[in-house]
Amino acid sequence: MKPLDDYLIVDFSQFLSGPSASLKLADMGARVIKIEKPGTGDICRHLYTSNVIMNGESSVFHAINRNKESFAADIKNETDREQIWNLIKQADVVMHNFRPGVMERLGFDYQCVKQINPSIVYGEISGYGDTGPWKDKPGQDLLLQSLTGLTWLSGNAGGPVPMGLSIIDMLAGNHLAQGILACLVRKSINGEGALVQVSMLESAMDFQFEAITTYYYDGKLPERSERNNAHAYLGAPYGIYQTANSYMALAMGSIPQLGTLLGCDALLVYTDVAEAFHKRDEIKAILAKHLLSQATEYWLDILLKADIWCAEVLNWEELMKQDGFKVLDMLQEVQMSDGYKYITTRSPITIDSELLKSSKGSPKLGEDNDAIINQLLNEHHG
Amino acid sequence: MKPLEGLLVLEFAQFMAAPTAGLRLADLGARVIKIERPVKGEAGRQIAIRNLFVNGDSLVFHTINRNKESYAADLKDAADLERVKKLIAQADVLTHNFRPGVMEKIGLDYESVKVINPRIIYGIVTGYGSKGPWALRPGQDLLIQSLSGLAYLSGSKDNGPVPFGLATADMICGAHFVQGILAALIKRAKTNKSVLVEVSLLESVLDMQFEVITTYLNDGGKLPQRSAIEGNGHPYLSAPYGIYETADSYLSLAMGDLQKIGEALICDLSAYPDKTSWFDKRDEIMLLLGAQIKSKTTNQWLAILEAEGIWCAEVLTYAEVLQHEGYLSQGITQEVILPDGNSLSTTRCPIRINGERLYSPVAAPRPGAQTEIINQQYHLI
Repeated sequence: MKPLDDYLIVDFSQFLSGPSASLKLADMGARVIKIEKPGTGDICRHLYTSNVIMNGESSVFHAINRNKESFAADIKNETDREQIWNLIKQADVVMHNFRPGVMERLGFDYQCVKQINPSIVYGEISGYGDTGPWKDKPGQDLLLQSLTGLTWLSGNAGGPVPMGLSIIDMLAGNHLAQGILACLVRKSINGEGALVQVSMLESAMDFQFEAITTYYYDGKLPERSERNNAHAYLGAPYGIYQTANSYMALAMGSIPQLGTLLGCDALLVYTDVAEAFHKRDEIKAILAKHLLSQATEYWLDILLKADIWCAEVLNWEELMKQDGFKVLDMLQEVQMSDGYKYITTRSPITIDSELLKSSKGSPKLGEDNDAIINQLLNEHHG
Repeated sequence: MKPLEGLLVLEFAQFMAAPTAGLRLADLGARVIKIERPVKGEAGRQIAIRNLFVNGDSLVFHTINRNKESYAADLKDAADLERVKKLIAQADVLTHNFRPGVMEKIGLDYESVKVINPRIIYGIVTGYGSKGPWALRPGQDLLIQSLSGLAYLSGSKDNGPVPFGLATADMICGAHFVQGILAALIKRAKTNKSVLVEVSLLESVLDMQFEVITTYLNDGGKLPQRSAIEGNGHPYLSAPYGIYETADSYLSLAMGDLQKIGEALICDLSAYPDKTSWFDKRDEIMLLLGAQIKSKTTNQWLAILEAEGIWCAEVLTYAEVLQHEGYLSQGITQEVILPDGNSLSTTRCPIRINGERLYSPVAAPRPGAQTEIINQQYHLI
C-alpha cells in the first residue's frame, strides 16, 4: 500500500515546477489527472526547448508526466467546465501554476473551489508572489536565478555562472509538495482544507538561506575563489581538481595533513587553520599543480584510507557502471498506452522498504477522457 | 493554526540534510526537539562557513536549527537512554543520519524503536543508501555532486567539471525527506502503524537531474554537451539561453523565438532560420548576441526586450536583490532573537498557508537548553 492511495489530484499545472510536484505525489500513490487544453495540452509537450523528441513529444515532458492521466478539457467551454467541477468535487487536491489572477478569471481560484469542496487542499506556484512589482514577470528558472543572486555562487571568480539545470523549478515543486502534504496530514486528522502557496522567488531564497543569512550578518558579498571553486564561503581544499587522468573532488582535510599524505611539501607551511580560508587561492594553486602528477585512483587510495573526504568525478555513463549506483535500483522502465517504452528515474523516497516505482508512462493528450467520464463523472451527474 | 501543530519530532540528526527537514517541519507547526550529546551538542555547531560563529555556535548552525529545542542526553548512559526512550514513546517522528549500524548499536534502530512506539515515523538520511560498496563512504555534499554527474551541467565546455556552489545535495535531500515523513504520517492515519522512511543524498541528486537523465537515457547515451561560451545556462537548451555582459553589467535571456529576439536586439540572425540551428549553432549565435548586447546598458535592453514580451532579467547581487521592492514586498526576511538579546536576520519558510507567511522568532537552542522543561512536560523523570 502506498501512502496516498485513494487520493485524487486535479492538476492544472504546466511546464516543470507544478508538474514535478504532482509527479512526487503520484509516485506516493495519488491518482493525478492533468487537465489539459484540447489540441495542444501542457505546453511542455512541445515547446520546452529540449531537442530530444521521444514518441513525438519532448523528452522532458515524458520525464515529468509519467504515472499521470490526461483529461483534455476546454476551461472556457460550459460542458467541459461542468466536468471539471465534477472532478474537483471529488478531489483531495487541486493545483496550478498560472500567473497571478488567471485562475480568478477562469473561475477556478481557491475561493470558488472551496465553496464546492470545503476540505480541498489547493496548491499554487507563482513566479514572484501575487503582490509586488515583480508579480507579472515570467516565472522562468534562469530569470529567477539571475534576480536572486544565485549566479554569483558557482564557477570561479569572474562573471555570473548559472546552475545548469532548472533548479528553482525543482525546488518550488518540492516545496509545493511539502505544503500540500503537510495540509493533507492535517486533513487526515480533522478534515480541514487549506490554501498552499509557493513562489519560485521564495524557493530560490530558501535555497540560499545559509548564504543570505551570512550576508545579513557580515554584509559581505560571496567571493568565489580564483580557481577550483566549489563554494564561495569555504576555504581550501574544497573543490574539484584535475589529476593525471581525470578529476577528483576534495572536501576537507587540514592543509599540512594533506601536504603529508599527498607528499606535497609546499603545503606544510600553512599551519594556521585560518589560512585555509584567507589563502585559499594560493593553496588551491599548489594543490592543483601537485594533483596533476598522479591518477585519481592513486590519490583516492591514499586519502580514503586516512578518512579524508574525497571522491572521483563521474559523468552519467561512468556513474551508471558503478556498483554503488546499481545497488540503488534508481532506474525504471515505463510504458505508454501505445506500447512505447522508455527508461527514467524513480521517486527518490523509500517507504517501508518499498521503492516507489510505477510502470505507467506519460499519457497521450486526453487519453483518459473516456475512462474518467465513465468512472468519475457519469455516476455523479444528477 | 499551522498544519503540523500537535506533532512531536525528535531529531537525532546532525549537519545539514536532515536538520533542514526538521526546520521545515518546525516552521509548519511541529515541535522539533534535537537530541544532542551534553555540552558539545551536535557536530554541526562547529562547522562554519567563512569562519563565522554567533553565541558559541556557527552561523550556519543558527540558520538551520532555529525554531527548535534541544534535549541533552548521553545515549551511552543507561539513565539518559531510558529517558530518551520515554520521550520516543510519546513522539510522532524520529529522524537521524548516522551511518548504517550506529543506531543498532545504541538500541534505537527501527525494529527496537517500533517496540517502544508502534506508531513512530522513523526517518533515515544516508549518503548512498544502506547497502552496496558506497554505503560507508562519507555522505558529503560535494562528493555526492561529483559522483552523480551533476558537475557536468554548469559552466562552459572548457571549464572541466563545475559544481553547484551551494550544498545542493543536502538541500534537495532534506526537501525529499520532509515529503517522505509527511506521506508517512498520512499513511499512519490510515493504518495506525509505524512507517519507515529512507532517503539518500545520492538518490535525491539523481532525482533532481531526472529531466536531463531521462533525456540522456533515451538519446542514444549522448552525454550533456555544454556550450563553449561563458554564461550559457543549460546544456540541453538552445540559444539564446544564458547570461550576457552588457555595457554596464549583465543580462539574462531565457528561451524564446530567436528571430524575434534577434530583431529586438538589432542583431542579424537570418542565417539561423530553423529551430534545430538554434541548438546546433548555439555557440556562434551566442557570440553574435554577446557582441551586440555589449553595446547598451542592462536597463536599456530591459526596456526594449520587456516591451516585446521577451523573457529577460537583470543579474542581481545580494546587495541589490535584498533591497529590491520585488523581494521586500514578499516579507521573506525575518528576525530571530538570540539568548543574549541580539537578533539575527534570516529567511523564512518558503511555503504560505491560507495566505499567511510562517514566521518564528525562536533562535537555535544551546545544547540541552530545554532538557529540564522537557523532562517535566513529558514525565521523563
